[in-house]
Amino acid sequence: MTGSLLFTTMEEDREFDLEDYTGAVARWCPGCGDHAVLTAVQRLLESEQLAPEQTMFVSGIGCASRFPHYLHTYGFHGIHGRALPVATGIKLHRPDLRVFVVMGDGDCCSIGAAHWIHAIRYNVDMVALMLDNQVYGLTKNQTSPTSPKGYPSNTQPQGAYLPPLNPLSVTLGVTNASFVAQTADWVPAHLFATLQAAYRHRGFSFVRVLQRCPQYTVEIFQQAVRDPSKVELLVHPNGIVVPELDQLYQRKTPHDPSDLDTARRLADDEGAFRLGLFYRNPTLPRYEETRRPTTIAADQRVALLNAELDRYAL
Amino acid sequence: MEPTTITLPEHTLEVVSDAGEGAQKCGQIFGTVCARMGNGIWTVEIIPAEIQPPPRTLGSASGNRIRVGTQPVTNWGDATNLVVAFNEQVLLARHRLDALAPDAVILIENMWASHPDETVRQAWETAMAELGTRSYRVIGVPMEEQCLSVTDEPRLGKNMFVLGMLIHLYSRDLDLARQLVVHQFRKKSQEVRDTNVALLELGHRWAGENLAFRLEVPASKPERAMVVMNGNQALALGAVAAGMELCAMYPITPATSVSHYLGAIFEKFGGVVHQAEDEIAACGVAIGASYAGKVAFTVTSGPGLALKTEFIGLAGMTEIPLVVMDVQRGGPSTGLPTKVEQSDLLAAVFGQPGDTPKIVLAPATIEECFHSPTTARRLAEAFRCPVIILSDANLATGQQPFPRPTLDVRWQAPPIDLGPAPEGVRPYEWDPASGLSHRFLPGQPGGMHTVTGLSHDEASKVAHTPDVHQRGSAMRSRKLAVFQQMLAPPSVYGPPSGDLLIVGWGSTKGAIEEAVDRARREGLAASSLHLRFLSPLEPGLSEIFGRFGKVITVEINYSDEPDDPFITEENRRRGQLCWLLRAQTLVDVDCWTRVPGEPLRPGRILQAIRASVGQRNGEKTR
Repeated sequence: MTGSLLFTTMEEDREFDLEDYTGAVARWCPGCGDHAVLTAVQRLLESEQLAPEQTMFVSGIGCASRFPHYLHTYGFHGIHGRALPVATGIKLHRPDLRVFVVMGDGDCCSIGAAHWIHAIRYNVDMVALMLDNQVYGLTKNQTSPTSPKGYPSNTQPQGAYLPPLNPLSVTLGVTNASFVAQTADWVPAHLFATLQAAYRHRGFSFVRVLQRCPQYTVEIFQQAVRDPSKVELLVHPNGIVVPELDQLYQRKTPHDPSDLDTARRLADDEGAFRLGLFYRNPTLPRYEETRRPTTIAADQRVALLNAELDRYAL
Repeated sequence: MEPTTITLPEHTLEVVSDAGEGAQKCGQIFGTVCARMGNGIWTVEIIPAEIQPPPRTLGSASGNRIRVGTQPVTNWGDATNLVVAFNEQVLLARHRLDALAPDAVILIENMWASHPDETVRQAWETAMAELGTRSYRVIGVPMEEQCLSVTDEPRLGKNMFVLGMLIHLYSRDLDLARQLVVHQFRKKSQEVRDTNVALLELGHRWAGENLAFRLEVPASKPERAMVVMNGNQALALGAVAAGMELCAMYPITPATSVSHYLGAIFEKFGGVVHQAEDEIAACGVAIGASYAGKVAFTVTSGPGLALKTEFIGLAGMTEIPLVVMDVQRGGPSTGLPTKVEQSDLLAAVFGQPGDTPKIVLAPATIEECFHSPTTARRLAEAFRCPVIILSDANLATGQQPFPRPTLDVRWQAPPIDLGPAPEGVRPYEWDPASGLSHRFLPGQPGGMHTVTGLSHDEASKVAHTPDVHQRGSAMRSRKLAVFQQMLAPPSVYGPPSGDLLIVGWGSTKGAIEEAVDRARREGLAASSLHLRFLSPLEPGLSEIFGRFGKVITVEINYSDEPDDPFITEENRRRGQLCWLLRAQTLVDVDCWTRVPGEPLRPGRILQAIRASVGQRNGEKTR
């Protein structure tokens, strides 16, 4: 992770425990997968010893976007679909901040889809968590772009008309994609290891978290939750390494995360419940570095502007 | 032969060609020569809608219109007195737009009259017959024939020939023109520079030998150092002067050139022009950067302002400083992208669903364009709210000299202070006397909290209770009330009382004041008042309005004509400022507005004044 560019943090002589990251009591439904993500994130912050004031959670609107309120860091709970531009603006000028973006599937793949595509391309160093419960929960059960075909909702009671959008394939299809992973809320060890890898990657880390909604889409993940043989782990020494899952999850596919073509092929099959790191490339250009603003002293800016005005002088 | 020299206090000329023939460049250099010699000028670009429209058509007219005066020129004036046209079709287009004075002098390329293609000759004949219905004075100029003696590509060289002709005609400094031509082509080869200078001199010589008159608009060297630029250049340089660090934008006419000018220089200043994926993202990036302690703005035009609406509401709700520049164009929808209108006022003031108190200000001159980013930034930071600057296409592309700005190093100060957050202070601990609260920046130890677009209490905790929402709304509104009390009442241009007060805002100031001056010379008791702040409105308006028999706004936006058979007092839709003023002052403010896609002409405003005062005098005698 980059050190602070603006001043030296005081992290060295402070020690943070889980309490330091705890915000308001989460108001998600009992059994909601978001609780598990929150727990894993708090564990990550503690294990990486991130100073709360240097840590920034940005979100949009939806169940998942309540996330920042439940942490004791800086938080920005903005508008539907627009977390990524805000996070880009923050990170562009404050690369010293550790930025996490939390979105739902509607936030990211529907109303904010343009920002999603371009955020991948900008490859700004941040972690983007897409908590995908495949339904609009907060607004009471409407079809999401990731809802399975046939899923009955209040807006499409006859069942979703279209096949779902595949967020992994989309992400892997965008130029400059640098980190693409999938994990699930009900596999905490994998979730944590994925968050850690995402955080440690320098670039835009896109993590799709398969997330249960106990209210509306409980059926969708039921089989995969109950039967580990329905889940396939992508394994590789450079991937998400979780030794404690070796016994439980027997289906494993070796996949080198530097192999983009295979990553795309593996991502295509949505039904396979593949968890792991699809792709990672730490060498791609990062927008905030390409465009890195420099600090020019005020008097020098005035002198330069005076020289500029000379060009317009009569 | 010794030409007759006619001395004039002012004159308006234009150079029109097909797009790509360089009339704009010719006009710009001519304007610069005049400005450097000490004349007042106002230049307006004549821009076709496409990049390369078919040549020799009514839609292909491209050029520059320059109003030159001995005194400072504050607006584009009325009709053109002299036009140089590269073909009869572009001339016809200008004629049909009623751009030319009835006695205008026309200097036109005459090769089309004897063109080998019969359809061209016929088009010439037809056009000339139509033009012949006016008493224009038409002088044929063998531009192509003359230019061929210097270059094999006369079509590309005519503009410099014409420049030379104008330099002679208006008794301008040929040396100065030569320098500017050399500068114009500084990145080209010596051969190109030599050819263009030769064309300039050829045009100058030809005019001396063939034109029986010369014009002179005497210049007076200003005592102060002056600069000349257009409104978008002024906004861009003004943004640098204001200490801005980020311009987040998405291309939209006529605002984009702000980012062009800035893009060329901003990195030197440590700044970034971020071209976002869309208008919404541009606003979000600016808000994110501002939230993180940087000085950021976004620049757009009407359709983009509409897209940014929700984000502007968020900036209002979270009290994050945000500067939005809106260079207005004709609307609604795609409307008239390259042409002026003042129809975003109500959208700027009221555009957000829910109540979003914000400051809206409108520069009235190019000089004010330069200073408006500084004003906007300071207000946005002081009151932690969105500030919208309403410029328009008239200011954006018009050029006018103004006193060189004196820069202040204090404007450059960054707001960022990452010291620990003050202990015990909550993020929205509103001071009831001002509505203000402490600004926190991420990175400040001890200040961690989540800002939210949801209704929130003083601790920034989401709260849906009636009291909290009422209080939060009141505090955000109070900031505006406090700011309004800090403003001075606007000054009246002309006598402080009379029969008629014209109220304007934005780019129409020069035209309105010129019309008012002319009305007073005719004995009409008219004055005017120009508003810089539209939200909140400047104080004292009711009292000022009370001193006049009648108050009307003059605006470049749509209103129903009162004498339209469909229109009654009840259903009449009024000008946008008119609507605001009526609501705020309960004075029966009337309006005279037009949407011609061009700046208002002072002569037309004068007619409206005459009609309005006449009407009132009629009422008095009844």
